[in-house]
Amino acid sequence: MTGSATVPNAGALFEDLGRRLYLDAQIDIPPDVRQALRDAAARESHPGARGILATMLRAIDVSDRKQTLVCQDTGIPIFWITIGRGIAVDGAAMLEALRRGVERATRETPLRSSIVSPLERKNRQTSSGDGVPVFHVEFSSAIDHIDIVMMPKGSGSESMSFLKMLTPADGEGGVKKFILETCVGAGGRPCPPTIVGVGIGGSSDLCMTLAKKATLRPVGQRHPDPAIAALEVELRDAINSTGIGPMGLGGDTTVLDVHVEAAWTHITLNPVAVNMQCWRGERRRARVYPDGRVDIGY
Amino acid sequence: MEHRLRTPLSEEDVRRMRAGDAVTLDGVVWGLRDATLIRMFDHGQPPPADLRGGVLLHVAPNVRPSASAPSGYEPMTVGTTTSLRMDRFTRALLRDHGVRAIIGKGGLSDDSSAAFREYGGAYLAIVGGAASVETEQVEAIERVYWEDLMPECLWQFRVRAFGPLTVAMDAAGASLYRDVARTAQERLAQIYAKLGLG
Repeated sequence: MTGSATVPNAGALFEDLGRRLYLDAQIDIPPDVRQALRDAAARESHPGARGILATMLRAIDVSDRKQTLVCQDTGIPIFWITIGRGIAVDGAAMLEALRRGVERATRETPLRSSIVSPLERKNRQTSSGDGVPVFHVEFSSAIDHIDIVMMPKGSGSESMSFLKMLTPADGEGGVKKFILETCVGAGGRPCPPTIVGVGIGGSSDLCMTLAKKATLRPVGQRHPDPAIAALEVELRDAINSTGIGPMGLGGDTTVLDVHVEAAWTHITLNPVAVNMQCWRGERRRARVYPDGRVDIGY
Repeated sequence: MEHRLRTPLSEEDVRRMRAGDAVTLDGVVWGLRDATLIRMFDHGQPPPADLRGGVLLHVAPNVRPSASAPSGYEPMTVGTTTSLRMDRFTRALLRDHGVRAIIGKGGLSDDSSAAFREYGGAYLAIVGGAASVETEQVEAIERVYWEDLMPECLWQFRVRAFGPLTVAMDAAGASLYRDVARTAQERLAQIYAKLGLG
């Protein structure tokens, strides 16, 4: 552990972060999403769709003013954690503390607990349960802190999750068709305009994870690979030309953006996954530095 | 066209609505969802309140106990859930209980559309996920029936300027969802041609 510093008071720090991030993500919509909704409202040619986008923007304003949840769906709490270089943390304790934070936010606010057991449908009223919150943990040599992104994933959009193990013969065309068909089939159900996350390549589990992770990227930020960036723009414009519109009631704005994340795959595989995020694009980020300093952002 | 209406609604009120119109409501809206309807129809328990002329809302409220509220509860976040899960109850709600309108998100099936035409009903689409706006428009929770089903009780909400709602399925059998889906399918064929997808 030479050269690495241990985060002080980690238990209390991460518990408080779990509480704050879970709650704030549901109250305060990210600035890039707000801007994308405003831009969409300015561009939209369908009067009904303009009205719906205006109500969405109004809901964001009301929540800013009253510090209330924008949506009643408290979602499945999901944490994306990246541990950088030169920082030491008791990982198991960190996850437990984040979980306690989610449970505290649920009890103290109080929030509706949306989490039940899969067969008995039993609810502990804590927004947690076996396997929930969901934790994705990875490591990166590009950062010198711990990056935590919290996503309370609502069920309307999470229901619109699809995976297809295409074949190499289906090609890139098959991938595009699957994504377009999926978005048309979803219609108004994921609360459009959505952020569509697409995973291509990998194994089935990695492909789906990439699709979901893609929805976390700030709207308007393109993939660094020019070929993937071009695919994102092509799909965004194609889906917006279907006319599905906000809430599926018709209009020019079906998606705020399409984000694609990719991994290499097996010679015989051509996997594609789609995961949608509703118009609120809820997420909240914390950067925890080795000296215990915390930056909160999106 | 815009409609500002007070509940309960008459058959005439609803038959005047056309798909694409905007509706704003004052009066009472009945909140319910899966468990409430399962009790009414699958367990055969008659609703504890008169729903004739009523407007239903597919809802999932966050509430908190309040000594000063008439029902004992005050709304924290009242938001709308996806309607399709409750689709199979539409016909009986209209035919047997005189319900006139259902507020929800995502739409209902063609069978519900036929029921709206037969009995004089409409589906009013709300903006999903904009619960903070919806909550502001709920003046009070007047009464809670079937409290044991919390939070899937039958909620009597007093609303003011509730909306704007979009008439998405009307009593003439029109459905914006059907129209939009048809258009999207047609355009999909054009998109495939444009992108060179076979």
